[in-house]
Amino acid sequence: MTKYIGKSVKRLEDKRFITGQGKYTDDIKLNNMAYAYILRSPYANAKVNSIDTDAAKAMDGVAAVFTGADVPESIAGVPCGWQVNFKNGDTMKEPPHPLMVRTKVRHVGDAIAIVIADSKAIAKDASELINVDYDILDAVTDPKAAAQPGAPLVHEDVPNNICFDWEIGNPKDEVEAALASAAHVTELEFVNQRVVPNAIEPRSAIGEYDTAYDRYTLHTSTQNPHLTRLLLCAFVLGLPEHKVRVVGPDVGGGFGSKIFHYTEEALVVYFSKIVGRPIKWTAERSESFLTDAHGRDHVSHAKMGFDADGKMVALQAYTYANMGAYLSTFAPAVPTYLHGTLFQGLYTTPKINVDVTATFTHTNAVDAYRGAGRPEATYLIERLIDLAALEMNMDPAELRMKNFIPAFDGVEKEGYVTQVALQYDSGNYEPVLNRALEMIGYEDFRAKQAAQNNGKLLGIGFSTYIEACGIAPSAVVGALGARAGLFESAQVTVQPTGKVSVYTGSHSHGQGHETTFAQVVADKLGIDIGDIEIIHGDSDRVAFGMGTYGSRSLAVGGSAIVKSIDKVLEKGAKIAAHLLEASPDDLNYEDGKWTVKGTDKSVGFGDVSLTSYVPHNYPEGLEPGLDFSSFYDPTNFTYPFGAHVAIVEIDKETGKVELKRFIAVDDVGNVINPMIVDGQIHGGLAQGIGQALHEGTVYDETGQLINGTYMDYCMPRADDLPSFEIDRTVTPCPHNPLGVKGAGEAGCIGSTPAVVNAVIDALWKAGHKVKDIQMPMTSERVWNAMNAG
Amino acid sequence: MANKISITVNGKMHTAEVEARTLLVDFIREHLSLTGTHIGCDTSSCGACTIHMDGKAIKSCTVLAVQADGSELTTVEGLSKNGELHPMQEGFREEHGLQCGFCTPGMMMAATDLLKRNPSPSEHEIREALEGNFCRCTGYHNIVKSIQYAAGKMNGATA
Repeated sequence: MTKYIGKSVKRLEDKRFITGQGKYTDDIKLNNMAYAYILRSPYANAKVNSIDTDAAKAMDGVAAVFTGADVPESIAGVPCGWQVNFKNGDTMKEPPHPLMVRTKVRHVGDAIAIVIADSKAIAKDASELINVDYDILDAVTDPKAAAQPGAPLVHEDVPNNICFDWEIGNPKDEVEAALASAAHVTELEFVNQRVVPNAIEPRSAIGEYDTAYDRYTLHTSTQNPHLTRLLLCAFVLGLPEHKVRVVGPDVGGGFGSKIFHYTEEALVVYFSKIVGRPIKWTAERSESFLTDAHGRDHVSHAKMGFDADGKMVALQAYTYANMGAYLSTFAPAVPTYLHGTLFQGLYTTPKINVDVTATFTHTNAVDAYRGAGRPEATYLIERLIDLAALEMNMDPAELRMKNFIPAFDGVEKEGYVTQVALQYDSGNYEPVLNRALEMIGYEDFRAKQAAQNNGKLLGIGFSTYIEACGIAPSAVVGALGARAGLFESAQVTVQPTGKVSVYTGSHSHGQGHETTFAQVVADKLGIDIGDIEIIHGDSDRVAFGMGTYGSRSLAVGGSAIVKSIDKVLEKGAKIAAHLLEASPDDLNYEDGKWTVKGTDKSVGFGDVSLTSYVPHNYPEGLEPGLDFSSFYDPTNFTYPFGAHVAIVEIDKETGKVELKRFIAVDDVGNVINPMIVDGQIHGGLAQGIGQALHEGTVYDETGQLINGTYMDYCMPRADDLPSFEIDRTVTPCPHNPLGVKGAGEAGCIGSTPAVVNAVIDALWKAGHKVKDIQMPMTSERVWNAMNAG
Repeated sequence: MANKISITVNGKMHTAEVEARTLLVDFIREHLSLTGTHIGCDTSSCGACTIHMDGKAIKSCTVLAVQADGSELTTVEGLSKNGELHPMQEGFREEHGLQCGFCTPGMMMAATDLLKRNPSPSEHEIREALEGNFCRCTGYHNIVKSIQYAAGKMNGATA
C-alpha cells in the first residue's frame, strides 16, 4: 500500500530552514576557534622566488602563518579519483596538486599562504603584509590552444599540456566512410563555454583536533563526507581513518562543486593540530569563483551524417576538454565516460566515434557540474540535429521521431546496446516529444511564427536528451578508471519502541532526502512518516557512504535502504510468527502489522520491535535486535530521458533574446515525491538556460578571470526566467527495487541546446542562416549574427 | 577603535562594542549568533543577508553595524510569532519554495517587504522584486508560487 509514495509530501526538513535554524558549516562556532584566510596568487603562471611572512606573523591576533614550505614533502597534495589512459595505453599525466604552492603558481587563486588569526578580519589584514616575489610567465587558458606547439606549459613534465587522449565507439575509418557516403552532412565547430556552479553557500571547512582522544573532526560543506574522509586520511595526510570524523552538515547547494576533496579541507585539519585550535576557513565569493571546480569548457568539432530519408548514418566528434591547472577529484571522468558514452543519444545512429583530448591550462580546475559530461554530449548532438533539420529543410521534431530508438522496457524487450559502450535500461521516447508538441500547440506555433510581424523574431528549439545516472555499477566504473566503488550503504535501526532511524550514505544539500527517503520507509514498513528520521552527512553516525552526485541518491541510496528494510521485515516476520504461533510463510505484512492469513490474528510492528529488544518470549536461535545494514551496488546506470522545447523572441533592433516559454517533459522513472522531482527539474532548467543565455567565464590572455564576482558573472535572476511548463511520462527502471532513475540533472542536461536551437531557428526563419552563436547568447552576439555580412 | 552601539533585534535590545568596519551581517552572525542570516557574496549581489531595518528590507552586508545604531531589525529568526509560522514561511513550505535553504531567509525577508508595499503583486512584479536575490536551486518557479501563496493567505486574513 502506498500512503506516501507518489504523493507530494511537504518537506520534513523545511522547518529548520524557514525559521533560520539551518546549520551550515560557517554557522558553527567552536570554542577557541581561529579563522583562516588564504592568500592566493594574483597571477596565472609565475615562478615564486620568495614569500616573506614575517610582518604578518608579527601582527597582533595572528596565531600562525604557513606557506607551502611548512607542509611536509610527504604530503604531496590532493589526489585524483579517476584514471583515464592515453589511446596508446599510457597512464594519464597526473601532476601533483599541492595544498599550497612552493615554487610555482599555475592559476590565479593558487594558494600561497594561510594566515590563522583570532578573527577573519585580522587574518585578512595580516595577509596584506605578506610579500611575495614572482616572475610572471605567459599563460594559456583555452583547451585547444594549450595543445598547440609552443604553448606555455602548465607542468614542465607534461608535453603539449596533454593530460590524456582518448576515444570510444566505432573505428574512425568506418565512421568517416559512412559520412563520406551520406546524403547530407551537418558540421559544426563550437565552444561549450566554462561555467561556474555557484552554490549560494560558499565553501567552508573547520578543522579541529581533540588531544584527549587523538581525534580530528572536519566540518565541511561537502556532498560527500565519507569519500572526503577516505581521501583526506589515506591519500593526503596519512591519518588513521577511525580517528577522523567528517561532517557535512546542512549544505547550501552543491551542483557538483562540493563533491570533490579540496585543499582547504586538508589545510584546516592539518594545521588545527599544529596551532592547537580549531580553524575555520570560509570562502569569499570571489575566492569561490577562483577555486570551486568549474564546469564544461569544451572546444568541439563534429559531423553528423544523414541518408536521403533523414536517417542518421554517422556521428564523429572531436573535443578538447579543459582540465584546468590540476586534476580535480573526478575531472578525467567527465569528458570521457560521462560524455563520450552518451553520443548515441536517443537515436539509432549506427556509426559513432568520439575523440577527446584533455589538456591542462593556467585556469582553475574543471570537474563535474550538474550533468557533468552529459550536458556537453547532449549539447553537441542536439545542436547538430536541429541544425541538420534547418539545412535539410525538415521539421526538427519529425527528424527526431524518424531516428528514435524504438521503445523497450528492459524486461520483455531487452535494453538497447549503444555504439558507445552502454546498454540503456528502458526507454520510450516518442511519447515525451509528442507530449511536448501537444503542450506547445506545435502547428499553431509554426503558423504564428510565419505570421509574426511585431519587430521581433520568433523561434523554437528542441532537445531530446538521454542521460546516464544512478551512478554507478562499481565493477563497470572500475573497469573505466574509477579508483572507488560507487555503491551506497544504508542502515535501518528499528528502535525498541518501533521508531525508525535510517542512516544513509547519500547526502542531501537541497534534494529533500529527509522527506523522500522517509516516504519510502514509511510505506514499506506501513508506519507513520513522523516515526522515521533520516540521518546523513556525519561519518560518526553513518558508517559509510559514497555521497550524492550523478542523480544517484534514490536509485542507489534509496535501493540500499529498501534492502535493509527487506531484512527488517524478514526478521520481523520470524518474531511475529513466534508471537502468533504461526509459520512466517503464513503471515501477511500490511499496514504495520503481521496477520495470519485468513484470520484476524495479528501483531504490530511496534510489538515485534519491542520483543526483539526484550526477547523474553523469542524464537530460539534468533539474535535480539532489529537493525540491519546493507550495501547496494547497482547492476547498471539508469537512463532518464526527455524532450525540452524553448520558445524565444528576439528583438530585431537590439538582439535581446527573451525566453517566452520553456516546456519540459521528462521521464525519470517512478516518482516518489512529484513536488520534489518538479523542483529538481525547475532548478536544472534554470542552470541550463543560464548557460545558454547568461553565464560563462571570461579569462583574459594573462589568465585573469575577469568576471569572478556576482557583479560580473551573470547568473539568471527571477525576472530572467519564465514559469516553466513541465510534465512527465513514467518508464520505470527495470533494475532497481524502486524503479526510479534520478531527476537531479535532467533539467540542466536537456535545456541548454533547446534555447540555442530556438535562437538559431528564429534567425534562419528570418533569413539569417547562421550555424552557431557563442553562448551565452548576449544581445551583442545575437545582434552581430543578425547583422553579419 | 571600538564603537558602542545599541540595536533592537527581533524585539530584543542588544548593546555591543564593534569596530567601525564591522558589517551589520557580521554583527548579526558573529556577535548575536543569529546565523539564519547568510553571506553568499562580497558584492551586495546575492541577497542572502537580507533583513528588515526599521521595517524595510536591506542587505545587511551593505550596512555597517554602526550605521544601524538605534535601529530596529528583524531577521528570519523573528519572522514567526508566538510559535506560529509567518504566512511567508508557510508559503515556502507549502509550495516547495526552497531546496538547500541557503537563500531562503533572504528571499523571505525580501518577499515580506514586497507584500508590505504591494499586497497583491503580479507574477511579473514578484519576479522584479526578487531581482536582488539569487537562488541557484529552484529556478525561482516555486519561490514565485510561495509568495503568491503568502499574499493570498495574508489578504484572506485581512479581508
